[in-house]
Amino acid sequence: MTNTQTIQFPADTLELVHKIIKRYPEGKQKSALLPILHLAQAEWKWCSSEVMDYVANLLKIKPVEVYEVASFYTMFHLEPVGEHVIEYCRTGPCCLMGGVEVYDHLKKKLGIETGETTADGKFTIKEVECLAACGWGPVFQIREKYYMHLTNEKVDEIIDELSK
Amino acid sequence: MKILTEHIDVQGIETIDVFRKKGGYSAVEKALKTMTPDEVTEEVKKSGIRGRGGAGFPMGMKWSFLAKPEGVPRYLVCNADESEPGTFKDHYLMMKSPHTLIEGMIVSSYALGANTSYIYVRGELMYVVNILEKAIQEAYDKGLLGKNILGSGYDLDLFVQPGGGAYICGEETALLESLEGKRGNPRNKPPFPAVKGLWQCPTVVNNVESIAATSWIINNGGDEYAKIGIGRSTGTKLISASGHVRKPGVYEIPLGITVEDFIFADEWCGGIRDGHKLKAVVAGGSSVPILPAELILKTVNGENRLMTYESLSDGGFITGTMLGSGGFVVMDETTCIVHNTLTFGRFYHHESCGQCSPCREGTGWMDKVLYRIEHGKGRQEDIDLLVDVAKKIEGNTICPLGEAASWPVAAAIRHFRDEFEWHIKHPEKATQKGAVFMREGASWSL
Repeated sequence: MTNTQTIQFPADTLELVHKIIKRYPEGKQKSALLPILHLAQAEWKWCSSEVMDYVANLLKIKPVEVYEVASFYTMFHLEPVGEHVIEYCRTGPCCLMGGVEVYDHLKKKLGIETGETTADGKFTIKEVECLAACGWGPVFQIREKYYMHLTNEKVDEIIDELSK
Repeated sequence: MKILTEHIDVQGIETIDVFRKKGGYSAVEKALKTMTPDEVTEEVKKSGIRGRGGAGFPMGMKWSFLAKPEGVPRYLVCNADESEPGTFKDHYLMMKSPHTLIEGMIVSSYALGANTSYIYVRGELMYVVNILEKAIQEAYDKGLLGKNILGSGYDLDLFVQPGGGAYICGEETALLESLEGKRGNPRNKPPFPAVKGLWQCPTVVNNVESIAATSWIINNGGDEYAKIGIGRSTGTKLISASGHVRKPGVYEIPLGITVEDFIFADEWCGGIRDGHKLKAVVAGGSSVPILPAELILKTVNGENRLMTYESLSDGGFITGTMLGSGGFVVMDETTCIVHNTLTFGRFYHHESCGQCSPCREGTGWMDKVLYRIEHGKGRQEDIDLLVDVAKKIEGNTICPLGEAASWPVAAAIRHFRDEFEWHIKHPEKATQKGAVFMREGASWSL
């Protein structure tokens, strides 16, 4: 959970933010919005309105300019999520490789449906579109890591490992 | 013949030292030290290379449209927002050999007179962003980026920009909006990005594979590149093979091999997985028309279908398809075409930016109708309704997402109407787990 008082990037992230802003011409710092939202989500797990206000303030843009962007792109979580967000690809090529069965197994194993978080707050499952890994499907992603050629057994191993 | 992937499996090719040992960055030396920007552009024109992102527009011609007003910066933006279902070639290339792209970026930026360039990578590929950023730092450290590159007097800064998860940002004007920190809503054209692009400055947007190929073109000459391939399909193409083939993966093919060879030869996909038969192929990413086995292997005139822009589109949309992005999805007889079409319909519904009502509403309707057919609730009139909605989206939107959403639905019905009818007539059978319609007498039927 976040609250306004504690929302402040650590010093090294803040330094990175200022470096990112310099990638664009003077006055075009709004371009840094997506990279910085990624940093914010990495820091606070999800983009609460307080987090988005903080980002707006950093970039000297209106809060609504952040809200409309964060809500447009699927990667940004606008609700609290679990410690591990599992984003599985539901598009055609992954389904051809048995994706539907594997994802059903995943949901059964965690006892939750897509969009839900386990009671212990450990896992959230999200359904996403094509992850550009079609030849290596079925695929899901947890943070930056791709898990490919998934089978029920592999899913068990991954979940067991992350549950430790 | 390999241009982009010759050294891709060399141990350590992601590092600048190994990459240079294999001849990497020689095109930067050659271009910056011995050629003018116009001479570089001329070679790219001669090569005949066409945009590898899907549209297939001649790259040299696109470059020549770039406006060059005095005192206004120009930009090169690499489109690495690879999101078309079935396509994962750019992901593969950048992940394995980031310097291949960076070298192409330097050569291309020099040709266009850009001093700042961006690589826009889909946000899901954050690990690839990290690989690219590491490689870019190496290039700065060796004097291949930054001020006065290799003493040539040419300056270039190169940055990687992550997206946020939106297929639409692969459309070049939506990509530019996104790079400006906005929602990915495509812009009306004209003005084209070549005149008013990033921050209203002249901009060229090219796909990863197109930009990466420029290094070879500069090293060997545009004429040499044009010798590979057939007719207006010059050079090599990365094909992402997925689905029911023995060896899914990314293959660099010389344009012009037969589709049959690509699917069945051991050099490429190695055939359909054991004990199964080829039913259908989506040859160029999810948006291009699906073709049944007999039409993907041969044109209606009985000619062997080739992996070229022209041969794949032979027959128009009645009996042909498109090379597109090279996202080659192969389906065997276990595939339910209705389910596959539903996943594509759902995809475009999810990815429509919502700006144009025909697309925003139409993709939703198609998704809904496909869903009810797949789930045994289809109505007799639904098939014609889908065709009608698809027709009404096509051509009525700012960007080509409208067409991309319409074509796969229209083509699935065109070639597999009986399968949709079967779902509607026999919902109790069609909704059973693993149930697939078998067309009597079809080459894939069991």
